[in-house]
Amino acid sequence: MKFLDEYRDAELAQKFAQEIHRITTRPWKIMEVCGGQTHAIVKYGIDELLPKQIELIHGPGCPVCVTPLEVIDQALEIAARPGVIFTSFGDMLRVPGSTTDLLSVKAQGGDVRIIYSPLDAVKIAEQNPAKEVVFFGVGFETTAPATAMAIYQAAQKGLKNFSMLISHVLVPPAIEALMSSPNCQVQAFLAAGHVCAVMGYEEYFPLAKKYRVPIVVTGFEPLDVLHGILLTVQQLESGRAEVENQYVRAVNRAGNQSAQDLVKKVFKVVPRKWRGIGEIPQSGLGLNEAYGAFDAAPKFKLTDCCVDEPAECVAGLILQGLKKPHECPVFGTRCTPEHPFGATMVSSEGACAAYYRYRRQGANERVGAL
Amino acid sequence: MNSPDFSAACPLPISQYPHVLMAHGGGGRLMHRLLEDVFGKAFSNPLLDTRHDSAQFNVPLGRLAMTTDSYVVRPIFFPGGDIGSMAVHGTVNDLAMSGARPLYLTSAFIIEEGLPMQTLWRVVCSMRDAAKKCGVQIITGDTKVVDKGKGDGLFINTTGIGVLEHSLNIAPQNVQPGDAVIVSGDLGRHGMAIMAVREGLEFESQIESDSAAVHEPILELIKAGAEIHCLRDLTRGGLASALNEIAEAAGVKIAIEQNAVPVRADVNAACEILGLDVLHVANEGRFVAFVPAQEVESVLAILRQHEVSGNSVVIGRAIEKASPLVTVKSTLGVSRILDMPSGEQLPRIC
Repeated sequence: MKFLDEYRDAELAQKFAQEIHRITTRPWKIMEVCGGQTHAIVKYGIDELLPKQIELIHGPGCPVCVTPLEVIDQALEIAARPGVIFTSFGDMLRVPGSTTDLLSVKAQGGDVRIIYSPLDAVKIAEQNPAKEVVFFGVGFETTAPATAMAIYQAAQKGLKNFSMLISHVLVPPAIEALMSSPNCQVQAFLAAGHVCAVMGYEEYFPLAKKYRVPIVVTGFEPLDVLHGILLTVQQLESGRAEVENQYVRAVNRAGNQSAQDLVKKVFKVVPRKWRGIGEIPQSGLGLNEAYGAFDAAPKFKLTDCCVDEPAECVAGLILQGLKKPHECPVFGTRCTPEHPFGATMVSSEGACAAYYRYRRQGANERVGAL
Repeated sequence: MNSPDFSAACPLPISQYPHVLMAHGGGGRLMHRLLEDVFGKAFSNPLLDTRHDSAQFNVPLGRLAMTTDSYVVRPIFFPGGDIGSMAVHGTVNDLAMSGARPLYLTSAFIIEEGLPMQTLWRVVCSMRDAAKKCGVQIITGDTKVVDKGKGDGLFINTTGIGVLEHSLNIAPQNVQPGDAVIVSGDLGRHGMAIMAVREGLEFESQIESDSAAVHEPILELIKAGAEIHCLRDLTRGGLASALNEIAEAAGVKIAIEQNAVPVRADVNAACEILGLDVLHVANEGRFVAFVPAQEVESVLAILRQHEVSGNSVVIGRAIEKASPLVTVKSTLGVSRILDMPSGEQLPRIC
């Protein structure tokens, strides 16, 4: 396919891999921030092309995974109410809350609908004036502009029956939280290309400087990821800690200004809890006062609650790169995509789900022997 | 796909009954007219025309194959097919997967009150045409009408009977190490055609379902004496589910190559946009065949003579008797597990 197959070329991939092998002299731990990159790495077996010294750590960049359990419980509570049409991106539907999930709420009569754009939720609200239409606003900076546009349009249209349950999160504060942790082993980052397509990469310069880590803005195709790793290793081996842009075909330094303006208009930066990690200061987006009427939490009089994660789940350590999925005692046995214990098994972009899907423990040796 | 000329031909006076009423399933005169004028007229054949409670027919000596399937697809009409043609193709294909020559079908309709009579007639005509093309007769059936809101327009169940004119044991358990895995054409068209219509997704080109009957090339393989170990049609769950089920039944390891799997560019693009794996996407006119390595050339030669299997290719092989496992070699040459999908395919956020 045009503009896609070019970035999956096996020969070029081998050339990148050989160059990485050639220049690597020491062990390095590199975190790919985004779940989409984790998915590509595991699906295409990119890590198996790398020298043994290079360890890829799978970061917290999966919006489904880091949405806190209590927010999912709130979503379930709203979706089950009569007179509500609850709209969401597809992969939130399978995510379990404390007791059930949105697919089960739908099976029991809740009006839960998959949509592809938050603007579709606005349309549904216009077409169903007698119903309360709620959109589950989750995601990183990538989806924030579309969410903001939906709120902006709903306000322009004067819709009273539209609101959002919001759990938007921001990448740079999460990187800062990871780097300031005393356990942090990450020596470099592949930053998420799509996030930077919106936000640019200005924000990463202070982080690279403060923590002396290379940060390479990287795309999602196999050649993007390999090229990103090569640029990162070149920096590490030569003792540099700079911000570089591998994903030049989509990202510029300033990002998409009109998208950023819209996000700023509708949202403000707030503290946000991340599932498996805990609260990170200034790491989320909440509605500005001017748009407060579209906040589903007060509208539905939801109470803040605190829900404990299953004690056996090591998702928090995995999201921080301190453990690999197969090092978890319940991985692939009691914890599976059908019965996930925690954050990283629930979404297809989660590290545990990616490992489960493509390389279950033990099976991997057999795969490798082909 | 033949589109029936339904508008001119609907035998019920549409002006009088533009929609199906509860009374059309109530056992009285209206139901009688529906059965006679719609189903009886469209499906007419000597066995059905006896109008008996059960159809009676002679069976040839040897083994019979029997299968049943229910069709609930939404929307009822989709690019490349409809629920009626699919209800014929799907059941004919299930029979074909044991190498049977399909003979007879039953058809049971569950109709939601209020379904436009034109819609029903159009579906029935589509079934008639598909059955005729497949050389099967619809010899008995049933019609129920359910209250508005208790159905979703129209559900169809078809049961099929076919005859086995060979002594092969075509079954998943019969897959042997060394068998080649052949897929009968490009994958993912049905699933993406349905998803595009259902979700109102607009792509540059319209993707049409691959819904089709595949029994003809298979019967020809059998006639030519090909040694077929296993056949499986690729429906929900796609190639990944079919291969995993076969690996489990046969206790083998199966390895395929991503590069060898035929996928059309538009289907590939739609899958990329929605974050779906084409190996998990549904098909309605595709099958996978396991044959010994020495049979590959002759089997491919026959399959490629038929339009429905014209793009047949080898995509991998059964490796060895082992714990069941399916692997796929990525475009970069690294192998990974190919698992069944966990549940319904859900588009990713980003």
